[in-house]
Amino acid sequence: MVVVEGSYAVAHSVKMCKPNVISAYPITPQTHIVEDLSQFVADGEMSCEYMNVESEFSAISALIGASAAGARTYSSTTSQGLALMHEALFNASGMRLPVVMTVVNRALSAPINIWNDQQDSISQRDTGWIQLYAEDVQESADMTPQLYKIAEDEEVLLPAMSCMDGFILSHVYEPVILLEQSLTDEFLPPFSPEFVLDPENPMSFGAFADPSTYTEFRYKQEKAMEAALLKIEEVANEFNEVYGRYYGGLIDSYLLDDAEIVIMAMGSVIGTIKDTIDMLRKEGESIGLLKIRSFRPFPVEAIRTALKNAKVVITLDKNISIGKNEGALCTEVKACLYNTNLRVPVIGFMLGHGGRDIPISTIVKIINKAKLVEKGIFVESEFADLREELI
Amino acid sequence: MKLVIKTTAKPKGTRANKTGTWRSFMPVFDHKLCSKCGICAMYCPEGIIFKLENGYFEPDYDYCKGCGICANECPKKAILMVLEGK
Amino acid sequence: MSLLAPGHRGCAGCCDALAGKFVLDAVGKDCIVVSPTGCLEVFTTPYPESAWGVPWIHSLFENAAAVASGVEAAYKALGKKNKTKIIVIGGDGATLDIGLQAISGAFERGHDLTYICVDNEAYMNTGVQRSGATPLFASTTTSPAGKVSFGNPQHKKNMPAIIAAHGSPYVATASISYAPDLIKKVKKATETKGPTYVHVHAPCCTGWKFEGSKTIEVGRLAVETAMWPLYEMENGEVTGVRKLKKRKPVEEYLKVQGRYKHLFTAEGGTEEIKKIQAIADWNVKHFGLE
Ligand SMILES: Cc1ncc(C[n+]2csc(CCOP(=O)(O)OP(=O)(O)O)c2C)c(N)n1
Ligand code: SF4
Ligand code: SF4
Ligand code: SF4
Ligand SMILES: [Mg+2]
Repeated sequence: MVVVEGSYAVAHSVKMCKPNVISAYPITPQTHIVEDLSQFVADGEMSCEYMNVESEFSAISALIGASAAGARTYSSTTSQGLALMHEALFNASGMRLPVVMTVVNRALSAPINIWNDQQDSISQRDTGWIQLYAEDVQESADMTPQLYKIAEDEEVLLPAMSCMDGFILSHVYEPVILLEQSLTDEFLPPFSPEFVLDPENPMSFGAFADPSTYTEFRYKQEKAMEAALLKIEEVANEFNEVYGRYYGGLIDSYLLDDAEIVIMAMGSVIGTIKDTIDMLRKEGESIGLLKIRSFRPFPVEAIRTALKNAKVVITLDKNISIGKNEGALCTEVKACLYNTNLRVPVIGFMLGHGGRDIPISTIVKIINKAKLVEKGIFVESEFADLREELI
Repeated sequence: MKLVIKTTAKPKGTRANKTGTWRSFMPVFDHKLCSKCGICAMYCPEGIIFKLENGYFEPDYDYCKGCGICANECPKKAILMVLEGK
Repeated sequence: MSLLAPGHRGCAGCCDALAGKFVLDAVGKDCIVVSPTGCLEVFTTPYPESAWGVPWIHSLFENAAAVASGVEAAYKALGKKNKTKIIVIGGDGATLDIGLQAISGAFERGHDLTYICVDNEAYMNTGVQRSGATPLFASTTTSPAGKVSFGNPQHKKNMPAIIAAHGSPYVATASISYAPDLIKKVKKATETKGPTYVHVHAPCCTGWKFEGSKTIEVGRLAVETAMWPLYEMENGEVTGVRKLKKRKPVEEYLKVQGRYKHLFTAEGGTEEIKKIQAIADWNVKHFGLE
């Protein structure tokens, strides 16, 4: 165990995965990852092509070309950079190119803000990328080899985002176990796609599809996401066997089984929620946690099963769909329960936008608010940490 | 036909599409006037004018769109565009 | 047999098809072609068909140079790149306008690739809208001639100069109407190490409004009137020009195209043609064409 910065732990895990081509453009708070990778390359510790491109748009575009040519590819970005990639994100997924990218979650402008929330990756929800959210630095680091294994699987072949909260995880110094090369080699097979750009077997990539075939391409992407549901679980277990660490597959839980109140969330806030639960359990409250690790594919069945005994469900969102007054997790959880016999209120709270701190007191306040349901006072969804004096 | 993922398509698969049906004028090659220079073949946008064993040139009418570039460029005026179906 | 198969959906007499064919004639089988969105891309690859006999990839409209950089980097990283040429074949819109930033990045980084711009002087694929390559006074659907307009008010962007300013070791202009010259230049470009560029003038019968049989003839007139000078630049210096024996007045080029019709019918057109003639005169002087 060593104490390193979160970004370093992730950069190190990328190194262990031996990508052939890395292409990235600097943006806070992703910079330390790409700086560390650049240093590895400069010190001859990594044999890969590191491309200093002129924009995030070219970063992802270069990886589309590189991946089609048969390379294992990596990038990292956040916020404005991820938004700039938007068009190409669809393209990478549609061409079924398993690029892996760390998204160091940050708020979107305007107002410009460099601190953490998850609006950036949530806004790319429908682009056909797998999205896993990490709870702490160790999970962020361990996610990289897991995502390569999932993304590059023949049944999946989809690009993947490893989402880690900016600053909170990327800039924190924590004791972590750095991935070992020998274990990573054992865990992660080399990337060997069936079709690559090759003069010996000249295939055409990115042909245009008319109405007679376009639907089936989309359907196949959806099926690939379905395959990823299984693969994410499988790979989490395989990782556990090789490295002895496990953070859940699609979901994870904490004191969930007998809990009447269930809090659902993604990312680093999970730690604070666990502390809050420990505290309130001592006071006799029946509270548990359902952590969403995989937001895409969305684990509908796993969530339904996990919420079987819940009396109240609370969702926490570091994002908002402006005009719906709701975060994405809230909307999706509601939707996934509607066609079932489960009739449990789902109450959405939006918080932590633009880096606003989420202390235990905020979580307690949320829980108290949600409990009003029992008295017939129902909150649909609201901002949990507004500064009333500013409004 | 099953979909190949990755939007990959087979090389030269457009050969299945016989564009000869587009034609309203048809290039007719008069070998008597031809000097075997090959300019017609060079400037055919479909790449379907071929050299015969005797050195003269003929188009593949399965694909010829009847654009008339060959006739326009032939220095010997050895290619005549005639109305289809005559 | 051409490496670009027939059966593609290019218009009868298509300039882009000719350019694609010549480029592949020059480069041969051992290459990878990247195409941005545009006529050539669309008409060659209606899934599940493809006209390409070489490995080919299309990603988006504005990122071909970045995609090609990535392909090149991958080939290097995988130890595959020895002779395989990485080629972009893109339209003028993809090159001079929306893809310019990605091109600048790729040329600055110095990838070993050749970028071919097939310049038909407008966005043809979307219905002949103006681009940064549309010449002065050409009528397009977004720069139409009208009661108070002579068409496109801007001058054509000087893309070869922009590329040369990036320090490219080889930049050339070519025309589909001078096929042997074009093929020679593309060969030279691909055989030169580093990022190289060939800008190919390509008269589009549909967009410029002339009969498909005249595609080559119109391209020849552009060169003969000095509207499209043929030259080569090595490391920023002009090292070769195609001299004109008997230069023709620009009217001869303009009058055969519907996109310039208003210059011959509207009042004041003659004055405007003089401005176009001035462009040709400048080309002659600047490149020493006579
Ligand atoms: C981001 C984006 N904007 C606009 C388009 C629409 N579009 C597709 S092709 C094209 C024009 C292509 O022009 P050019 O590059 O000159 O090629 P040409 O078709 O003329 O050969 C446009 C505007 C697009 N596909 N993507
Ligand atoms: S008419 Fe056009 S397509 Fe037909 S052979 Fe001549 S050049 Fe080729
Ligand atoms: S261009 Fe005319 S003269 Fe030359 S080969 Fe063709 S048909 Fe014969
Ligand atoms: S519009 Fe022009 S470039 Fe496009 S296919 Fe037709 S002739 Fe070719
Ligand atoms: Mg164009």
